[in-house]
Amino acid sequence: MATIQDIILSFRDKPGGIIEAYHAVQKAYNYLPEETIAVAAETFGVSEAQAFGVATFYSYLSVAKRGKYVIRMCESAPCHIAGAEALIKAFETALRIKAGETTADGKFTLELTECVGQCQGTPVITINSVPYVNMNPEQVPAVLALCQ
Amino acid sequence: MIEEKRIVLRNADLINPEKIEDYLQAGGYQGLVKARSMSRPDLIAEIKKSNLRGRGGAAFNCGLKWSFVPADAQVSYVVCNFDEGEPGTYKDRIIVQKDPQLLLEGMAICGHAVNSKQGYIYCRGEYPYVVELLNLAIDQARGKGILGDFNIEVRMGGGAYVCGEETALIESIEGHRGEPRFKPPFPGVAGLWAQPTVVNNVETFSNLPSIVLNGAEWFAAIGAPNYPGTKVLTLTGDVANRVSIEVPTTATLREVIYDFGGGIKEGKKFKAVQVGGTSGGFIPESMLDTPIDFDSMRSIGATLGTGAVFVMDETRDIVDITTRIAKFFEHESCGKCNPCREGTFRAYEIMRKINKGQASVQDIENLTLLSQVMEKACLCGLGQAAPSPILTTLKHFYPEYQARLQIQ
Repeated sequence: MATIQDIILSFRDKPGGIIEAYHAVQKAYNYLPEETIAVAAETFGVSEAQAFGVATFYSYLSVAKRGKYVIRMCESAPCHIAGAEALIKAFETALRIKAGETTADGKFTLELTECVGQCQGTPVITINSVPYVNMNPEQVPAVLALCQ
Repeated sequence: MIEEKRIVLRNADLINPEKIEDYLQAGGYQGLVKARSMSRPDLIAEIKKSNLRGRGGAAFNCGLKWSFVPADAQVSYVVCNFDEGEPGTYKDRIIVQKDPQLLLEGMAICGHAVNSKQGYIYCRGEYPYVVELLNLAIDQARGKGILGDFNIEVRMGGGAYVCGEETALIESIEGHRGEPRFKPPFPGVAGLWAQPTVVNNVETFSNLPSIVLNGAEWFAAIGAPNYPGTKVLTLTGDVANRVSIEVPTTATLREVIYDFGGGIKEGKKFKAVQVGGTSGGFIPESMLDTPIDFDSMRSIGATLGTGAVFVMDETRDIVDITTRIAKFFEHESCGKCNPCREGTFRAYEIMRKINKGQASVQDIENLTLLSQVMEKACLCGLGQAAPSPILTTLKHFYPEYQARLQIQ
């Protein structure tokens, strides 16, 4: 795997490329390990405070370690009325964690999110950004079994 | 019954979106060729005359927006707003997934009009699979030399709703936190890296090739005179068919919900529809014969917005849904301006209290006043529109609030 330094440096000449660099680091490491901020700050000529400010502004970027599979559950109004709450509970029960937490084995992170733009098939979840539509609580074990 | 009219979705499901040859075969890029044979002022005048208004929510005249870019600008940018974050909206995703070259052609037409060599597509972080398709489409167009000296680069957002606001979007492309700027200056004068910048939505750009090819009069004659053309709508919620459609702007909400949506599912009765995304107003049954065009929707205190059509049946709890929406805005407020940061927080607090049956009439009065202040005092559209679901549900569905109040 490419080092964080290498990944970030490859975006050096892109104006405003810090967010693209963060996306690339996260794609490789699943989150932004601590050194990302310092390297990005130096590469793009901003303070570490600013680099951290950017990293923490966007909900898709995470400075906290996350599981191999990030499950995001939409709770916006269309998913809300389609039973998002029951679905969230089903995932929490199956994984024995609360939304916002990661399983002890580092396999799954559960996150709540707003609309992911698949409202033709509510309720919707995404696993590592791949959408699963028309979900119901009974499907939770089968969906989790896909994550191997 | 009203028919679909396809302009931006004319190639949908008829061509392979991953093959530029298919797009060319279907007449693609002829609009760009014609645009480049025109002088810049003539092209801008033509778009202005077509009365194409922005399909992102604010409905500003597209050609007029372009005309703000100084004719002698050395550097200017074309930015495509593909950050559709309004819950219930997926129309730009459909347009791009079905026909990505159409968007590139539209941006290149704009590039010619404002003498820009560089375009950016700001795609929301929820759509990495669409970013891949766009990059493929750009590579193919570049390979054929079709875009000439106009470059297009895709930038991916990070899941911040506020970045749909054009100056916040610009901040984000520059690599900053996506916080809106004070206006003026408007982006047309000083936008991306302080250079003149045109920001238009995916659907707006995707209308351009047809307008250039067929002429302003052709477009102006379709749909409502004040807001001509078509609108792509996405149906969600308790409607039988959750589909995306493209209809002339004279279509009424009733036609959209019943003729295309197939009515309410499971034979239930209609209660409300929220149009334009989660910042839109709630509309009761008595107003369903309103046409969807921007001005008609405005006249009933609603908005066309993004064209999301979120239908709720008779069993739905309006107060609970409005509380959920208030939570959305509390979460998505960027925190830059006080009226929004504090206002969305307090609005959610009061809505929660009402939802739990612990509120009094005084709370409703406070909420109403707070909403009115936010509409006027917030820096950007996020905070200004956030109270709309609250105020419209208070207006049209007050008995549901009343039933939740503590007995005095």
